[in-house]
Order: sequence, then structure tokens, then C-alpha cells
Amino acid sequence: MSAADVAAPGATAAGPDVLAEPRGPKPRRISVGRIGLYAFLVMSAIFFLVPLYIMIVTSLKGMPEIRLGHLFNLPAEPTLQPWVDAAFRACTGRDCFGLSPGFINSVKITVPSVIISIVCASLNGYALTFWPYKGASFLFGVLVFGAFVPYQVVIYPLIIGLSTVGLFATLPGIIIVHTIFGMPILTLLFRNFYASLPVELFKAGRIDGAGFWRIFFHIMLPMSVPITVVAVILQVTGIWNDFLFGIVFAGRNNWPMTVQLNNIVNTTTGVREYNVNMAATILTAAVPLIVYFVSGRWFVRGIAAGAVKG
Amino acid sequence: MMAHATRRRLPIQAVAGTVPMILVSVGVFIIGIGASVLWSFTSSKLFPAYDFVGLQQYRRLWADARWLISVNNIWIFGLLSIACNMVFGYLLAVFMDQRIRQEDTFRSIFLYPFAMSLIVTGLVWQWALDPNLGLQQTVRNWGWTDFSFAPLVDAKTAIYGLVVAGIWQGSGVTMAILLAGLRGVDAEIWKAARVDGIPTWRTHLFIVAPMMRGAFATAFVLQCVAVVRVYDLVIAMTGGGPGIATTMPAVYVIQMITVRQNVGQGMAGATMMLLPILLVLALGGILAWRRKRKGVAA
Repeated sequence: MSAADVAAPGATAAGPDVLAEPRGPKPRRISVGRIGLYAFLVMSAIFFLVPLYIMIVTSLKGMPEIRLGHLFNLPAEPTLQPWVDAAFRACTGRDCFGLSPGFINSVKITVPSVIISIVCASLNGYALTFWPYKGASFLFGVLVFGAFVPYQVVIYPLIIGLSTVGLFATLPGIIIVHTIFGMPILTLLFRNFYASLPVELFKAGRIDGAGFWRIFFHIMLPMSVPITVVAVILQVTGIWNDFLFGIVFAGRNNWPMTVQLNNIVNTTTGVREYNVNMAATILTAAVPLIVYFVSGRWFVRGIAAGAVKG
Repeated sequence: MMAHATRRRLPIQAVAGTVPMILVSVGVFIIGIGASVLWSFTSSKLFPAYDFVGLQQYRRLWADARWLISVNNIWIFGLLSIACNMVFGYLLAVFMDQRIRQEDTFRSIFLYPFAMSLIVTGLVWQWALDPNLGLQQTVRNWGWTDFSFAPLVDAKTAIYGLVVAGIWQGSGVTMAILLAGLRGVDAEIWKAARVDGIPTWRTHLFIVAPMMRGAFATAFVLQCVAVVRVYDLVIAMTGGGPGIATTMPAVYVIQMITVRQNVGQGMAGATMMLLPILLVLALGGILAWRRKRKGVAA
């Protein structure tokens, strides 16, 4: 079904994907049509860039300048104070430590969640491809279905389940939750990748007497680097950007950066400091944005697969 | 492509290696969804209860103004944002496919919003649409003193503010998926169409677009899933307000579970959210099955 189509560009480098060369009719000289084409693309680019521009210039202005209501003007007296306040001084409720505790929490949540979810998913994909036991394809079907299920349908049973074992509102609890919801799409990704490998690799390992784990660690894992990179990009951005699971499952002491950002900006007490808010917003977006711009084409490969999330 | 030789006996190690998958598939997605649906027929308040009350929770749900507004909002938001994303994403994809300069730069710009959290998206647009200091005031300061664009403060228009943010966040992905579909179309088609003297726009609309239906279907399904799930954006941008004007089913269910301690009714809402997804998936499954059967016959 469509989920399999979605993962295909990420799973195999071959086949049609976004990065292929354009195939449209070749452009002739500069014509009215070409100018219109570029005009449309540039206008669209402006639409996409305006919010980023607003964020940056607002974060560098002082409040008196912001109150003049010139959203697009460059800062007359640029200041980095809002950034310092956003990182260390802005208040969420009664605590006034800025976003830095949220940043640390997000790191503590993201790193183990990414590692565990990818280890689980690569094992799933490997077992599904080369060791399909009875019922495995049924389990996989359920998992793919799970990729489409609205989170609200499973959140309450998960709260009850995690409370029963004492993990609700704890760091291990939120890590488990991210592992669960990352599993459908990652398993799909790894399964499609392993299915594209020549089966002779596996057979050669079997003839040499290697078992499930040896083949996985010595043959499959070293070959899985490209797909693992896609999976890491997908998971780092996805888990860092998560808000719903963080606010429900992490517990007040482990609230990730997105939750604290929302608390800082949408607080109802005190004067609204738009410059600090925008600096905080950029700080929260920084990690996924860096991943996005550094990974470039890898991100584009993963994005169609990752679009199922969020 | 599968190693059928190993299928004969149950490989213990493979089962051991996929224990997490077994737990998640059965424990979360089968038992979890089952439990949610089950609890929707009980009078559960804060904790699960097992006294069955039939369809009472559903009757209450559909009598609740808050839920009716949620459902109304998800239709407005869903139809508008999916339609706009599809049209805008398709236009971007077609234009990106014209051997343009700086294609990588344009793609980076169109896609970067998708890399950011919906919380970030919501907060940025909340600021840009601020009635006193945002776009509206800026344009007024430029001289158009009766310019008016502050949808978020009016209960009647706030939902359209969310649509704008949804388009900003999601049209880049649609572009990427449709561009991949566009480039999967055989180059010979273009040559043949040109030889026949068919104008480019007609080739696009009537020949190439129908060949991209797989990409369109993928983009559509992904957006449907995203729309039904929309939660973060609402919380960050409007908090469901003004009043309850922009509340959505996803927000409603979470509120029922956490703040209002009315799990039974919340689960009834969650079950209603599952239905459209099941419908879209079933439709997609039937179409795929019919196509496969046609393929075998031919």
C-alpha cells in the first residue's frame, strides 16, 4: 500500500527520486514564460523565508523598537540580550532558568530514543526479510497500520500500561514511547533496505554456519550504514520536534525543549517579551535545522518516509 | 526474494530478536486500540471502568458543542489545507522540473519548514499575525491604514490562520513527493507529446498528471494522517481559542483524558478519529488490489 511506496525513495537509492535530473522540456532562450516561472519560484521562496526572517530580526531587537510595529525593519540597535535571556533567564511558571534545562532534557530523551529505536527496527527489518517466522508478516502488517493510527487512540492505554509498571512520567517511559512510535516507519525503512540486498549474502553466511546474530552483526550491520544515516536523521528531527509525547509522558522534570518553549511563549503572566520569545523559538529549531542543512540530500531522501510521522 | 528454506521451523533466535516488535504490534496497536474502543463503551472517568453503557458516550459526544466545533474545524482545516497544499505543491514541483538554476537552493527553502517543530511553526505565525505588532500593523505603518489581516483574534477567522501555517509547513513535502513522481514519468512521453504538437500545459494536466497518481495518492494519504493528528500547531498558535473556536478532535481527546477526566467520552472521540483513517486506508487497499488484479489479467 502507499506506505511501502513512501519508504521506497529512502530505502533504495535506485529508482525515481527527488534528486534525479529534471526531464522536462529543455529551456530555450530567456522568454516571458521563463521570467514568469522564476517570478513564481522567487515569490514562493519569499513566502517560505519571511517567517524565518521575522524570527531572526525580532530576536535581535529591543522591546521599545518592537513596539513601533515595523516587523520587517532590520534592528536599529542589534542586541544579543534576548538570546541570553531565552537560554538562561526566561520563565516557565515559577522557574526562571530559560530554555537550557529543556535543552538538556531533549538531549537526554533524544539520544537514547534514537539509538534504541534504530537497533530495534534494524533487527525487525532483518528478521522480517531473512528469518520470516510464522506470523511475522501479520505483525508487520499491524505495525504498518500503526503508522497511520492517530496517536490519541493509543495514548490512554499507554498511560495506563506505563503507570502499572511505574514508568509513567519518567525518562525511561518517554524513551519507550518514542521507540514505540518510531518503530512502524523505521521497520518499514529497514525491511525495504534488506529486501533490496542480494539474498546470496545471507545464504553464504548460512553455508558458513553463521546463525541469526552472527549474520546480523558481521554481514548485515556493516552494509546498513546508508539506511542508518537516513534513520538517524529521521529520528533526531522527529523526536526533537515532538511535543505531544513529551508533555504527556515525560513528566514535569523531563519536559523537552518544545514543551518548555511553548510554556515560555504562551505564558499568561507578565509582559510578553517578543524578542525573547523569538530567540527561544530559534534556539529550539536550531538542532533540527542544523541537521537539515548539514545532511542536505540525505534529509530529502528520508523526508518522504518521515512524512508519515508528525 | 525471501529465504524460504528457513521457514520450516520456528527460528527461536529470530523471535527473540524481534520481541520489541511483537510487544509493540500486539501490546500497543492491537490490545491498545482494542482497549480504547472498549473503554468508549464504558463510563470510565479518570480510571478505566468496565460497566458497559452502550452508545451513551457517543450520544453525549455528538451532543457536545465542543466536539461539534472540533469536527467542523477539522473539515475546514483539512479540506482547505490539503487542497492548497496539493495545488501549491504541484505547481512548485512542475516549476522545479523546468531545468531551473539553483534548484538545490529552492528545494532547501521550500522544505526547511518541515524540518522544524509544529510548535515552532505555530509560534512564528502567531507572532507574524499579531494584531498590534505583526503584519497588519506593519502594512498599516507603510500607509495602508485600513489594511486588515489578523485572523487569529476573531473566532470566525482564526481557523484560516491555522490553514496558512499548515500550508507553510506542509506544501514543501508535497512538492518533494510530487517532484519524485514527475521525474519517474518516462521521458519518451514528453517527446511523443511534443511530436503530436500538444501544448506543454495540456501534456502536464491530461497525460503526465494521471500517470503520477501514485505520488498524488501518497501525498494525499500522508496529509490526511497529518490533518487528523494536528495537535501541536493548534496548541502553539491559538491554544484552541479564541474561546473554543479552533479546537480540534486531537485536542479534544487529550483534554478529555487529562484535564476533564472523562476517559469514556474521550475514547469515543478517539474511536471517531480512527474511522476516517480506516476509511482512507481501506479505499487505498481496494484500489491497490483492483490495480493488481487488472495487472495480472493483462
